[in-house]
Amino acid sequence: MKIIDFMAYELIEKINNKEIKVIDILQQTYENIEASEDLIHSFISLSKEEALEKARILDKKLDNGKQSGKLFGLPIAIKDLICVKNNLTTCGSKILEGYKPPYNATVSDRILEKENAICVGRTNMDEFAMGSSTENSSYGPSYNPWDFNRVPGGSSGGSATCVASGQTIISLGTDTGGSIRCPASYCGVTGLKPTYGRVSRYGLISYANSLDVIGPISRCVKDAALLLKIMAGKDPLDSTSYDIKVDNYTNDLDKPIEKKVLGVPKEFFGEGIEQSVKKKINEAIKISENLGAEIREITLPHLEYTIPTYYLIAMSEASSNLARFDGLRYGEMYDNPQSDVFEVFSKTRGEKFGEEVRRRIILGTYILSAGYYEMFYLKALKVRTLIKQDFKNAFTQCDAIVCPTMPTTAFKIGELVDDPLQMYLMDALTCPVNLAGLPALSIPCGFDQNNLPIGFQIIGNYFDEHTILNIGNLIENKLNIYRKIPQIIRNKK
Amino acid sequence: MTKDAEFSKEDIDYVSKLALLDLSEDEKEKLSKQLSGIISYFKKLNYLDTSNIEPTRHPIEGLKNVFRKDEIWEGLSNEEALKNSKHKKDGYFKAPKILKE
Repeated sequence: MKIIDFMAYELIEKINNKEIKVIDILQQTYENIEASEDLIHSFISLSKEEALEKARILDKKLDNGKQSGKLFGLPIAIKDLICVKNNLTTCGSKILEGYKPPYNATVSDRILEKENAICVGRTNMDEFAMGSSTENSSYGPSYNPWDFNRVPGGSSGGSATCVASGQTIISLGTDTGGSIRCPASYCGVTGLKPTYGRVSRYGLISYANSLDVIGPISRCVKDAALLLKIMAGKDPLDSTSYDIKVDNYTNDLDKPIEKKVLGVPKEFFGEGIEQSVKKKINEAIKISENLGAEIREITLPHLEYTIPTYYLIAMSEASSNLARFDGLRYGEMYDNPQSDVFEVFSKTRGEKFGEEVRRRIILGTYILSAGYYEMFYLKALKVRTLIKQDFKNAFTQCDAIVCPTMPTTAFKIGELVDDPLQMYLMDALTCPVNLAGLPALSIPCGFDQNNLPIGFQIIGNYFDEHTILNIGNLIENKLNIYRKIPQIIRNKK
Repeated sequence: MTKDAEFSKEDIDYVSKLALLDLSEDEKEKLSKQLSGIISYFKKLNYLDTSNIEPTRHPIEGLKNVFRKDEIWEGLSNEEALKNSKHKKDGYFKAPKILKE
């Protein structure tokens, strides 16, 4: 039995029916990782020994009929910025090199301790989640499994490549301006950004706290639904987590969508969207129409202002969040007994933060500095209100919004590194969703002429993940491409 | 927005001091060019009239102050809290010198 042929929900069933041992699944997982890791580089660190040890313990429990947990024995990869107790968590940065958190993030607690999934390793990412390509990792880039010369997207690049290549079945990412949906789209996997506040951020290393959210990356919608159910819900340790009913997301995934109205925002199909992307998105829209949904053109008139608004807010929050990193309480510190505290901290930060992080700290500090705060930061907060209002108006006319996830398919490694503004513009279709705080799902909907995957984005109303998972699941069934693994990886195994 | 788009090397100098971020001269040069371009693009927001618009500081509406009971619960031990630091003494973090002699 090859685990690469199964979805997470299928494997969990097989474990509980004793058709396969947990240790076999973990061993296969590490074989898959070892076979392709030098080509893809999904991971910053692996915890093989601990994982195998836990697998043996779980197998014993299974033998004694004492298994517990909805993810019992399931291997999972976790983005390198979510704290896992005593497990290396570097945020893709040299400033946190060697950091082993003394506590679990709430999601780690729920997934690993309560539901008994097994953490196989920590996935590669743009340093502090700042980037759309994973080229900003201080530990080297990840490579797109569909074409090793191309980026996997970012910032949760490693979390997408490990799932797309069959190294593991499911992973956790985070999404501040598209960091789950962008790599999911570029790598041909499913990525879910929940509503802001739906999932606790306790133990997540903050980038921009009014935008950050944790979510799953998987091979199918049902697996994403399964994971969301476990992660969602109020957490007393995160005062911004929202106290609202958590649905049983795996139920009703096959419910007909005959009465649903899907909004198509004309602004999402304008200049800069590749022809091949438009074509596949329109085909997916056609599928939903054939499934009985009504398609209605809508407008989000402030879309063209989202990039400046998003980056002004994200960089401001980042510059203030990253002020805590100085090498004193974790990481390495520039050591010179003659130097005062300002020199030591400045040198440490200058040396340990990577180029993109330095750029965003400088910009964010500038934006928040005296004389510019109102001109830039306050202005952006006001435009955020307008963008949010656009979505609220749209949702009076439709149940979900459908559009491309990314304007293009994966670009070549190195293509945009020297042009940060062009790189920022890649987030045009994902970051408005974060500014509004809405949930959104990206599912693979086909391939372009270079056999690169294209992502279909379904945006939902506040806390209505149920509807977008339902729509996504039905379209996924019709397209039936979700089990596809890149040929080059298949050959390798 | 009255000030022109130029993001001078002096601006970078000043901001890097505020941010406690040591940058090389080369990087300051490079940043001054890049950031001028980015900032002038961001100024696009000026075309929008936002005079009667309230700022959004938090995406979800209706979230009020969140209080919890003032109860004692177990936090990290002193040892755990210091575990990741290479700079400690007698159960404390040992910071670089703050006052000049």
